[in-house]
Amino acid sequence: MALKDFAYGDTIHRCFRCGYCKFPANWVDVNNCPPYARFRMETYSCGGRLWLSRAWLNGQIDWTEHLAEVLYSCTTCRNCEVKCPLRFNVDIVNMVVAARGEMVEAGRLPAAVKNFLQNVELYGNPYGTGRSSRGAWAEGTEIERYNGHEYLFYVGCTGSYDARARRSALALSQILRRAGVSFGVLGNEENCDGNEVHKLGEQGLFEVLAQDNITRFKGLGVKKIITLSPHAFNAFKNHYPAYGGDFSIFHYTHVINGLLKAGRIRFSDNMHVRVAYHDPCFLGRWNNEYEAPREILKAIPGVDLVEMEKNRESALCCGGGGGNFQIDLLGGSENSPARRRIREALKAGATVLAVACPKCLIMFEDAVKSEGVEENLSVLDISEIAAKAWGMIGHSQ
Amino acid sequence: MDSIYQSLAAIVDAEHVSDRPEELYIYSFDLGTAEPHRPDYVVSPETTVQVQEIVRLANRENIPVVPLGGGMSLAGLAVPLRGGILLDLKRMDRIIEVNEKARYAVLECGVSQGQLTSYLERHHPHLTHSEPGAPPAATIVGNVVIHGQGDLAHPYGFNSDMVNGLEVVLPTGEVCSFGSCAVGASWFTNHPMPDVGLFLGWCGTTGIITKLSIRLLPAKRIRGIGRFVVDDEGLVPEIFYKLTHTQMAEDIIAFSSAIPPFASKLQHFTVNIAADSEKELELKQQIIWDDTLGEYIKRGDGAYLGFTRSLERPQISKTSDYKKGGGFEYVGSIMPIEKYPECYRRGREISERHDIPYTVTGRCIGAAHSMMFAWTYAFNRADPKTIEGARNALHETDRLVLELGGVIWKPGTFGQKLVLERLDPNTRDLMKKIKGLLDPKGIMNPGNWEIP
Repeated sequence: MALKDFAYGDTIHRCFRCGYCKFPANWVDVNNCPPYARFRMETYSCGGRLWLSRAWLNGQIDWTEHLAEVLYSCTTCRNCEVKCPLRFNVDIVNMVVAARGEMVEAGRLPAAVKNFLQNVELYGNPYGTGRSSRGAWAEGTEIERYNGHEYLFYVGCTGSYDARARRSALALSQILRRAGVSFGVLGNEENCDGNEVHKLGEQGLFEVLAQDNITRFKGLGVKKIITLSPHAFNAFKNHYPAYGGDFSIFHYTHVINGLLKAGRIRFSDNMHVRVAYHDPCFLGRWNNEYEAPREILKAIPGVDLVEMEKNRESALCCGGGGGNFQIDLLGGSENSPARRRIREALKAGATVLAVACPKCLIMFEDAVKSEGVEENLSVLDISEIAAKAWGMIGHSQ
Repeated sequence: MDSIYQSLAAIVDAEHVSDRPEELYIYSFDLGTAEPHRPDYVVSPETTVQVQEIVRLANRENIPVVPLGGGMSLAGLAVPLRGGILLDLKRMDRIIEVNEKARYAVLECGVSQGQLTSYLERHHPHLTHSEPGAPPAATIVGNVVIHGQGDLAHPYGFNSDMVNGLEVVLPTGEVCSFGSCAVGASWFTNHPMPDVGLFLGWCGTTGIITKLSIRLLPAKRIRGIGRFVVDDEGLVPEIFYKLTHTQMAEDIIAFSSAIPPFASKLQHFTVNIAADSEKELELKQQIIWDDTLGEYIKRGDGAYLGFTRSLERPQISKTSDYKKGGGFEYVGSIMPIEKYPECYRRGREISERHDIPYTVTGRCIGAAHSMMFAWTYAFNRADPKTIEGARNALHETDRLVLELGGVIWKPGTFGQKLVLERLDPNTRDLMKKIKGLLDPKGIMNPGNWEIP
């Protein structure tokens, strides 16, 4: 691969490495780029990644495992795009993804990335768990298989396989059922949405997944989709239309907020908690939705909603985006983004960290344990908080 | 794995030392036109003690040490010209103390401009600092070390004039403190101790500043920028003089550029005005625009272009994206105000010779005691010919600065040689003795300010 053939060959040199990309909106520190916050070496800054990508594509440096890890440590959180003052800023993450795509083409990937992609191809999920257990989370419940319902509830890999995330999927299902929403799930027929595959640069596999899902959805007559995960929401909303996937896509916080406004949900339980909301990157910076989750939390009696210093466009990524939830290039340190974020939540005085993403949920639950603050801070998905507030889950759960 | 790497990893930790090609590549570059030189190791210490240990190791092993702050000088001052250890100091980023009443802050060397601005806005809204026209990732210490200036240069001078005290790791590993802190007092003043100003302007060749006390300044509630334009560069020095006489402005800058074309050859002024009340603002505006600059408007020599409330953070890096090229570098100079017209005209000539649209800027320092005049040359990072062209223009401009009777500000190695050629021989000898005394093995940022 030569630089002249690279999709962004006429743009990638334009990064000046001025460092705006490291900051949040209020300039409080240089730790809002997750890999840079984790390692604090210029290689891991946004500019470092772009300069290294260009150097590799230009033949100035060779591919190494470390080079690939630097590139794949980017969580594609888009903080850089928000902060960069230059006109090419909208393409920064695209450039990183395209450079990863060149590594895919060259067959030179870190083992964890290769494993992720193989698992998705073989099993339809990055966990490497069989497809036959994908729908097990809903066993023993009255959740129906999709059969012409108004909505398809797309649970996603994390909500289907991860024990902790399954609880949020169940909580959401309970809310939807009680509010009288017509929805069904795909169970074992559900396949990976491919958002992370796309961000890891495997465009071929992503196309296969997108076409498989679109064909299945259309075959079932699906018109509207509710997603548990902002990652799936992003793939369906922003990438699937290019493959003919023209569905109406809703993140579940849109739906709950709509049901609240329509009077179909009435929160009753007084929670008596101080809650900080963490904006997931694929709902916030990628899709500009900052208010629906906050409106839900504000509607709950006894919830004292506080803001972390870095919020909305400036929220620090949990470190799980762009495949890092599995490939885990940013973990193992008190400087890991999730642990930093936990400290920010505590600094804001929160006793509950609310999330709207199953990946954030798990990243932060692990981080709370690593920080040793389980007694001080709980991590809950908004679906769980809403279910509790509607008297559907015991407060001790 | 070599023993030096292992020693460095033992001092910091394995995550913050590297001899891998990726780090060596990234840290070999300045953002300007300087040729890259790879370090042998990149190390990112977190404490003064770690810096000491690294320097002692470097002394034992006779390895160069190049300290790096934000890396925004654009003059190649932290390019490891002879390899060695590149010391990325940005992890040392604690704001140790802000004394509200005595108006100073004690900072570690990695604190960025943006970080301090944000901290003061949130915790000490009555205080501010003189913020340079650099990206917010530039460090406070890095700017002070190069005698930088900021947006309060008119009332308060160079940022290096605002130093209250320093903690420095000497090239042989000892830690020294300077200013009132050296006698166990707080970090409130640099005076009246004996003058041992051995570290500012030396580009890290005499030691590594690890802590700094810097004066903070009153922050007015309302801050904004007024704009004025004249068509005759010859008027700029007297306008500088008259504006500084009013003592009503915080920052006064004149600039001219070929782009956009309608503004080419005009001299634009930005005048920052701050006030605590509408009444104060109105009075200052009246004195500046009506009483001082009104005569130019009446004569048809100038025009008032309006006043914008709030100060937008400078986005100087936008200059780099001229023609989507990704690069620029400038020659800065400290120059008598009266030289503005010639600086402008000669700068335009150089730019035109090198086929680069001209951009020149003059910032008033003190009561028009001097100005920082800069000539900026954009280049395309993907086109080596334009980089070479910009480099030649920069070198030509370095010579021009001295020819016009100015001093090159933060010169790169080319400019340093020009300065040393003209330097008073006795001063040269003294500098050489000081350097030899402090850094007997010559390990600190070698290649910079080297006196044969």
